[in-house]
Amino acid sequence: MIEQSPAIIVLAPFLFSIIVAIVGVKREGICFPLVLLSLAITVAASVATLIQVVDTGPIRYWFGGWEPPMGIELRVDGLNALVALAVSIVSLLTAFYSKRAVPAELPDKVSQYYTLYLLLVTGLLGMVLTGDAFNLYVLIEISALTSYALIGMGSKRATLAAYKYLIMGTIGASFYLLGVGYLYIKTGSLNMVDIQGQIVANGLLGSPAIIVSFILIMVGVWIKMAFFPLHAWLPNSYAYGPTTTSALLGPLVTKVMIYVMIRMILTVFSPEFAFIELDWNNIVVWMSVVAILAGSISALAQTNLQKMLAFLIIAEVGYMVGGVWLADDMGMVGAIYHIIADAFMTLCVFLFAGIILTKTGKRDLSAMEGLFKKMPLTMVGFLVGAFSLIGIPPTAGFFSKWYLIQGGISSGQYEYVVALLISSLINAVLFFRIIEIAYFGTKPAEGHGHHHEEESAEGVTEAPFSMLFPLLATAALLLGIGLYNKEVVAIITDFVSQFNFGVIIP
Amino acid sequence: MEVFDAISAKFNYWIYIIIMMIGLYAMMSKNNLVKKLIGMSIFQTAIILFYVSIGVKEGATIPILYHEQVHPAHDSGHHGSDTEHAADEHVTAHATDLHIEPDQFTNPLPHVLMLTAIVVGVATLGLGLALTQKLYREFGSIEESEILESIKSAK
Amino acid sequence: MKTLSLIAVVITGLLLLSAVHDFPDWADPESPASDYRLSQHYITQTFPETGVPNMVTAVLADYRGYDTMFETVVVFTAGIAIIGLLRRSPSSRNKDKGKATRTYKKKPDLIVDTTCRLLIPIIQIFALYVIAHGHHSPGGGFQGGVIFGASFILITLTRDLQAAQKWVPEKRILNLAGIGVLLYAGFGFACMLLGDNFLDYAILHKIMPATPTEARYHSMLGVEIGVAFTVTAIMFSIYSNLASNGEMKETL
Repeated sequence: MIEQSPAIIVLAPFLFSIIVAIVGVKREGICFPLVLLSLAITVAASVATLIQVVDTGPIRYWFGGWEPPMGIELRVDGLNALVALAVSIVSLLTAFYSKRAVPAELPDKVSQYYTLYLLLVTGLLGMVLTGDAFNLYVLIEISALTSYALIGMGSKRATLAAYKYLIMGTIGASFYLLGVGYLYIKTGSLNMVDIQGQIVANGLLGSPAIIVSFILIMVGVWIKMAFFPLHAWLPNSYAYGPTTTSALLGPLVTKVMIYVMIRMILTVFSPEFAFIELDWNNIVVWMSVVAILAGSISALAQTNLQKMLAFLIIAEVGYMVGGVWLADDMGMVGAIYHIIADAFMTLCVFLFAGIILTKTGKRDLSAMEGLFKKMPLTMVGFLVGAFSLIGIPPTAGFFSKWYLIQGGISSGQYEYVVALLISSLINAVLFFRIIEIAYFGTKPAEGHGHHHEEESAEGVTEAPFSMLFPLLATAALLLGIGLYNKEVVAIITDFVSQFNFGVIIP
Repeated sequence: MEVFDAISAKFNYWIYIIIMMIGLYAMMSKNNLVKKLIGMSIFQTAIILFYVSIGVKEGATIPILYHEQVHPAHDSGHHGSDTEHAADEHVTAHATDLHIEPDQFTNPLPHVLMLTAIVVGVATLGLGLALTQKLYREFGSIEESEILESIKSAK
Repeated sequence: MKTLSLIAVVITGLLLLSAVHDFPDWADPESPASDYRLSQHYITQTFPETGVPNMVTAVLADYRGYDTMFETVVVFTAGIAIIGLLRRSPSSRNKDKGKATRTYKKKPDLIVDTTCRLLIPIIQIFALYVIAHGHHSPGGGFQGGVIFGASFILITLTRDLQAAQKWVPEKRILNLAGIGVLLYAGFGFACMLLGDNFLDYAILHKIMPATPTEARYHSMLGVEIGVAFTVTAIMFSIYSNLASNGEMKETL
């Protein structure tokens, strides 16, 4: 059974989602245990797969028993296994949070919500593990359709945000499909490794069709990961949707798209093509610098907490795209490590925003007055997430910034290092502002302040266990990933070293 | 004349690019939500046309084997027999025994891929229409500018 | 906004056109896609390996069966998503700004009614033929399922939603769709339980009285039937939800 574990990672949430759809309509109470069970199986299978990959090397799983390129295969190596594990743990923790949040916000749609939740997780995990370019498109569409619906089930403004996301997401996915079509018409194959073999064998490395296909795939993936300036769909979607949706989509969807970009650059179009033939490293790093600064500065201007966090996601995407396109092995290691660290950081802060919204009913920063006294444990969890986003040791965020800065220095792109430091500073300003409001409350003005504090103290108690547990678990994981970063980086460096960055980029 | 030859030899690509750009323009610039969805449908149809045109071969037929190739001549006595027996007998048959020439049939792979893409397009269109209906229910209009105005005035 | 999108569209169009001179000619038999061993294998080896003459169905249901399973999931997702977006509790129905359904009763017209009575059974039999004959002629699960679903939509169009719901009750639609996907996944899991990889139909010859090639043939038919169930149910469900604005009482 252990060699079936890569398939079980994808199939467990898929199977349970259908069961939830059929059974959950009659008995709502059974949805939550089924969701937990399926995600627990997924986490177990991803741990087993990661152990297998570390021990014996990359796994190839052939569906239908057909050898690729005739059939579809799953290719699991160090990068895949880590990202799959991160995705499964994030979805399990968010499922804990949803126990109370979903019936409160969407009382008569619980079973449909959980079905779409599990289908989204299926789509994301399938995207991470697959080795076939067209299969990736189908899974992009599954995760896209479910996320449109998960966002659209919210309030009035969420529906318009979901519609805009639908239009932009379809353009992105269709560009990706067109890029794969251009690759197919020149090489005749759909398997990722096979496409690279064909490109090299037929000497197509500089031909216009391959270059245009690369541009199309990159633009399509950038639209879906909200890389500035193609980010217009993200802030409203994550700010007005149901809180569980933001907690699930925020950490996962953009990060998996960055994984897709890395996979396309490294496995389909080799690094020689992407970084040497097309000499765009500088341009893309400058674009990511603009993205980092635009995201951080827009976040400063927001008063809605969730919108502020959504703009921080845009800045984080800028970090990772810049890290990949530095064309440096330290930068690549930093970007991959940041995918995992950022998934947990973003989950932590979005869970916190959801708890605040549920408990106080307010969306803006004033909801956090005096929270240190009323919700001490919640604030501790939030503090770990905030320190990680700023980049304070020993949280994971510090180490990922450390590797990214090393990569920036060794490849000579100092503007990227400067942008990283400025953005850390802006994050520090943002979060210390929140911590100040939470600790001291707003300054009392002519004696009215005391009344305000007493009013906001009414009915705001500590968060319930089902919401508090995932927040604290995420905080613990952030510290764990930070303290054990050597082990994680060893797996990543193992993966990156096979591409010989030091040799091909002088 | 070379230019004309160059264009006419690859006219299918020109056609699909023009259709695709019409759809993309409609998606981005129209104000009415349903018109955007129509543009999306045109855009996806153009991509489907591109893929299907990859597999065409001159003088080839659809990718389904002829009846004579499935049940060769010495088997005509069992004309009404189950296909299972026929398949059993041909289990070890080689392609050349059945006279299957790759050039006789169009490439089946783009057709398969486009079956999937059509279904995905239909699903996205259905979801877009449902969102449009929900927006009409909540805001009373399907023009994007009117909806944005009513959001701003409601704040 | 219009000039901006016009500029973007022109730039994208020029970008796409710049690669056209690199492509193979229209209908060239020597193009890389047709010349490569992948399509050669599909054309020449499909019948010996799977026993199905229709190469498109064989590739769809067997070689790339994993993809088709997710395509069925896409259809299922669309159905569930539309139910989740549009249905709502009776208490929140009064706050609508835009009224989308009219409330008048239709009397079925005699000519339309009689024609449909004659046509609908024929349409349904044809749909079953398309599903079952997908191995030998153009067809398969998706195509047959859509035709079957269209027959129910025809009932809705000529009479009203209540008449169609006597045939496909609201409660059973999701069950039927789910059973379709579970049938597909069930074939895959059966292969996994017997020891081989997911969706490797050849191993099923141990529980079916058939050779491995025939096991592939029959499993493909079973899988296509599952797909047809799902597509039928979801087609009708999408139509009835969109047309009745989620209320499932009457349509436009």
